[in-house]
Amino acid sequence: MMRIPCPHCGPRAQSEFIYERTLDSVVPLNAPSQEAMAKLFTRNNPRGVDDEIWRHTYGCRAWMVLTRHRVTNEISGCRAIGPEALP
Amino acid sequence: MINFRFDGKTYAAQAGDTLAAALLRNGIGLVGRSFKYHRPRGIMTAGVEEPNALVTVGEGGRTEPNTRATDVFVYEGLVAKSQNRWPKLSFDVGSVLGLAAPALSAGFYYKTFFGSARKWMFYEYFIRKAAGLGNAPTLADPDRFSQRAAFCDVLVVGAGPAGMQAALDAAEGGKRVILVEQDNILAPSLLRDRQEQDADWTKTTAARIRAAGGVILTRTTASGYWEHDLVTLTQRISEPGQVPDNGVAQRLWHVRAGQVILATGSIERPMAFAHNDRPGVMLSQAVRTYVRRFGVVPGKRVVIATNNDDAYKTAQALKDAGAQIVAILDARPAPAGANSGHRVYNDAVPLSTKGARHCLKSVSALVDGKTMDWDADLLAVSGGFTPVVHLHMQAGGTLDWHEDAQAFIPASSRQNVTTIGGAAAPQPIFKMVPVSSAKKSFIDFQNDVTLADVDLAWAEGYRSVEHLKRYTTLGMATDQGKLSNMAALGRLAEKQGVAIPEAGLTTFRPPYTPVTMGLIAGASAKDAGAHVRRLALYDLHAAKNPIWQPLGYWFRPRAYPISGESLAQAALREAKAVRNNVGMTDVSTLAKFEVSGPDAAAFLDIICATTISKLAVGRGRYTFMLREDGIVFDDGTVWRLDEHRYLLTSSTGGADRMATHISYVRQFLCPHMRVSAVNVQEHYAGLAVAGPKAKAVIAALIGEEPPRHMSTVPAAIAGVPVIILAASYSGERAFEIYVDASQAEAVWAACESQVNALSGALYGLEAMEFLRIEKGHLVVGGEVDGRMTPHDLALDKMLNKAGGYIGASGLARPALSETGRRQLVGLEAIAGDIPEGAMLIPSEGASPQGHVSAAAFRIVTGGSVALGQLTDGFSRHGEILIASSPTRGQQARVRVVAPHFYDAAGERYRD
Repeated sequence: MMRIPCPHCGPRAQSEFIYERTLDSVVPLNAPSQEAMAKLFTRNNPRGVDDEIWRHTYGCRAWMVLTRHRVTNEISGCRAIGPEALP
Repeated sequence: MINFRFDGKTYAAQAGDTLAAALLRNGIGLVGRSFKYHRPRGIMTAGVEEPNALVTVGEGGRTEPNTRATDVFVYEGLVAKSQNRWPKLSFDVGSVLGLAAPALSAGFYYKTFFGSARKWMFYEYFIRKAAGLGNAPTLADPDRFSQRAAFCDVLVVGAGPAGMQAALDAAEGGKRVILVEQDNILAPSLLRDRQEQDADWTKTTAARIRAAGGVILTRTTASGYWEHDLVTLTQRISEPGQVPDNGVAQRLWHVRAGQVILATGSIERPMAFAHNDRPGVMLSQAVRTYVRRFGVVPGKRVVIATNNDDAYKTAQALKDAGAQIVAILDARPAPAGANSGHRVYNDAVPLSTKGARHCLKSVSALVDGKTMDWDADLLAVSGGFTPVVHLHMQAGGTLDWHEDAQAFIPASSRQNVTTIGGAAAPQPIFKMVPVSSAKKSFIDFQNDVTLADVDLAWAEGYRSVEHLKRYTTLGMATDQGKLSNMAALGRLAEKQGVAIPEAGLTTFRPPYTPVTMGLIAGASAKDAGAHVRRLALYDLHAAKNPIWQPLGYWFRPRAYPISGESLAQAALREAKAVRNNVGMTDVSTLAKFEVSGPDAAAFLDIICATTISKLAVGRGRYTFMLREDGIVFDDGTVWRLDEHRYLLTSSTGGADRMATHISYVRQFLCPHMRVSAVNVQEHYAGLAVAGPKAKAVIAALIGEEPPRHMSTVPAAIAGVPVIILAASYSGERAFEIYVDASQAEAVWAACESQVNALSGALYGLEAMEFLRIEKGHLVVGGEVDGRMTPHDLALDKMLNKAGGYIGASGLARPALSETGRRQLVGLEAIAGDIPEGAMLIPSEGASPQGHVSAAAFRIVTGGSVALGQLTDGFSRHGEILIASSPTRGQQARVRVVAPHFYDAAGERYRD
């Protein structure tokens, strides 16, 4: 079980979080059909570092983007997402 | 003196004995029968690696099968039974299987199975009876299993001298320390080896660790090493089968450590020679443990076979205890062992043993090319030492090959873990190659795998160690190959003509030793497996004694039977009340979201596939939502309560999923929008009033004209503010009333008295199902099954023409509008009742073309009707099909019709 650094709550056990999807597969609103399908069904599965969307579902409920190495599980970054995190 | 029972007889043990020590103390050498060949087996080790002495401990729900006799400490009243024998241990009918050993070689199951399924089914019956370990208990475990989370700076695994020193240094250096030891005493190896650090050192060190704030847990195994230095510990509070003092039998710890130090030591290896599995053949360090720690001498005339110096300590211990060392067979050339004072044979490798069922009688060996024999009742073997690298490997570590020790030792790791002590620096040994006949040379004692099986797998082309493992089942028993893996690797490397590190390794997986299921379940066992969500008005319903229906995590009344009605009778009466008069039901569990802000309409146009933004204040409409791939995933209603305030409802079962979806869209796709979407599912309790007299009920309650169909008004009932939505799921004129859940009781009571005054009835989910099926309304999880598009469900006319909603681009895929898709249809029985879940076939034996998703009756006029999905169903109205359910043994002839069996024009809910 990983330890995930929630940007709002600090390091917490993975069991408090739910994985949503890789950042690559976010389908932008109004994406053309082909692009949307490519995002959903032919996305990358890199052996290495990836940006992933997680939610602190059993904690602060905020969404975040976690940068994780998919082999070693090393987490090199975590940033908040949503209206509060807009520049 | 402690009394315990083994196979029905009472024996005495001494305090501190393991069951194995106590059995040896009582002269019991035969403890079990082997897994496959039913060979007699005794006690081989003194630790958790024991492959042979597996017994069933405890009685009733506390029964623990396959307990290692070396890993259970005797308590007063312990009851143990031997396993895998019938009718008794000393006379086992199954042992004739041993005679059939050549037929049961590696891959027996695969060969037999692929040969002929019929043959396999014949064999299987007998194999299942004959093979195997202890029987799982059938009664529930009466004890509790607790779980606990902990944090520390340094976790030290293994309280040998190295581990205790490391724990002491860390604790006195100001670190928060947890030290765990699987044995019930600290530094057990000091007792075995009488090293310079004696019992006083152990006591003092433990006291100092505790004084510095360290936590010491004995009888606790670090069973798994997970990500980011999380280690699970399994702590035995009571022994297997023992009644725990405070009800808790075991505790599972999740320890997040800053740093982990592994001082896990090593496990002695057996040697491979013929009949090396006989009772009386033991590992050398185990013999020494029994002699020095437990004061039990397992043999009087002892032969020792070794390839290292350590076994000489065993010879000394035995000699001190009065046993006779007949011979030491040292695989190393002279002058190894020359000054030991024992009769040492160099270049000596054991060949075979002879004996009776319970004991060893003689040992033969190849000494410098010649065969020699000795009479002996104990053979202590030491084939070297395998560092316990399991946790290091579970942590994602790598291994180095230690040539002198012929062993793998921990190298690098990607986690914060280091290995110290014997596990990092095993003793040097002399490399041996088995010379004895491979046939009875066991390497995996628990799964009865011999060197000959490895050879056979090799001859049949199994080259990879992973394939070899699965083909022979080597290392796959409950001991997970603690004794066997290195022997198999050695043989494989020999066959391949490569060094052992090149032969590869299998994966080390948690748990290190078996963990009982109850411990993993912990407090989530039985009814606590899933949480129960109760309606705000639960007590009120419960007082009416309804039949309950689970719905997601919720329980809702399914029907309210009166005076001995069955479910079907009650539901039909309730449904008729709605059709003819008025009924009311609790709909609190529906998902509800309050969406507000200047961009609320724009946001809902993204969430919902229908147009929301044109909705007038005070009006509502049916809506549905799509997944990104264009498939319908939920439906509900949306209401404009105010200029910038909407209420969205959706299905109960999909509520959590919808809440996540809405949050994802809001946070990820629409962060710029000025909108708030709040989950108010449990803030509001809801009730529905439906039927021709519903309007009269509402009018009486609010004292004004009720809203017309698909309109909403704020009102007050019994002085409590409510939101009234005029919506109909049943097909009748109907209203949903939403109220702050904490004030729902008064509103419910007021409604119920009005409904009663008009001779109406309460109705439950079953009646609601009848009503909506007859009306042809969809249910998420039934007709909306994750495969249907809006077109398939005939909802496409409602789609927002402007697009822009989630799923619009997915829905544009050409394949989703091609012919050949399943489409929603109604089904009307011509003969028979339509079974729910039935497949739709054109004739007997034909392939299914669809299925029945929901079946019910015409409520007032009778007759079986159903909703279903049928290939190209829209264009097949009028066709006759068979609805067949082989699993229920029911079928009906049905006519395909439009999916509306009641008031297709919708006149009943318009004023």
